[in-house]
Amino acid sequence: MTGDEEIERLLKDVFPSADKELQRDLWPAMLRKLEAPKATLSWFDWALIVALASWILFYPEGILQLLYQL
Amino acid sequence: MELLKRFKEGDVDAFEALFRQFQGDVYGWIVQIVRDRGVAEDLTIETFWRIYKARTRFDTEGAFGSWARRIATNLAIDHTRRRRLGQELPSDLPSPEVPDSALRRETRQKIESAFRRLPPKLQVAATLALIEERSYEEIALALGKPTGAIRTRVFRAIRQLRKQLERMGVKPQ
Repeated sequence: MTGDEEIERLLKDVFPSADKELQRDLWPAMLRKLEAPKATLSWFDWALIVALASWILFYPEGILQLLYQL
Repeated sequence: MELLKRFKEGDVDAFEALFRQFQGDVYGWIVQIVRDRGVAEDLTIETFWRIYKARTRFDTEGAFGSWARRIATNLAIDHTRRRRLGQELPSDLPSPEVPDSALRRETRQKIESAFRRLPPKLQVAATLALIEERSYEEIALALGKPTGAIRTRVFRAIRQLRKQLERMGVKPQ
């Protein structure tokens, strides 16, 4: 037996061949994923983003204050 | 062909028909790589989710099964990469009986550990070729690589594994 064959034999001893049979139908789980609502931003989230962007635009020094608070 | 066209247009019934036709094949392929039933089920669903999202790019003249298997393989490699970083070992599949205890527990753990330390691409090629005895051609198709590249990966996997085992004090013949 060559070294390569010995490695192959060791691997087969340690890792049994996997059972490839699917035990259950996965379609219901797939359907749940398809029908899951997508993450969307509410009007309030958008308002906050606009307010923050405006604040930074008109008062750039505020970035430092914001970072300090974080 | 009609089914594939309807799927491409976003028909969920056509997608369901394809899902039911190929879920077993995709799962069977993934579980050989990740060796954990739960993870394989999750990755099967993720594979079909990506297929559904990318349906407009699907060539209806091509083979759906090969396309699915390629996406599944990439997901399984990504999972192997994450698992390697976390050194999480799958424990879902049963260990084989060792009647003559030729391989002692410690040696088995060393081999398992050394194998899991291989780079993911080598690990996956070696798993499919050496443990599952899949043909190089089949692996090459699933990985989208030439057959020669797969042979090289398996060769490098064996070489690295041998070095790693020797460092651990396990000396294959």
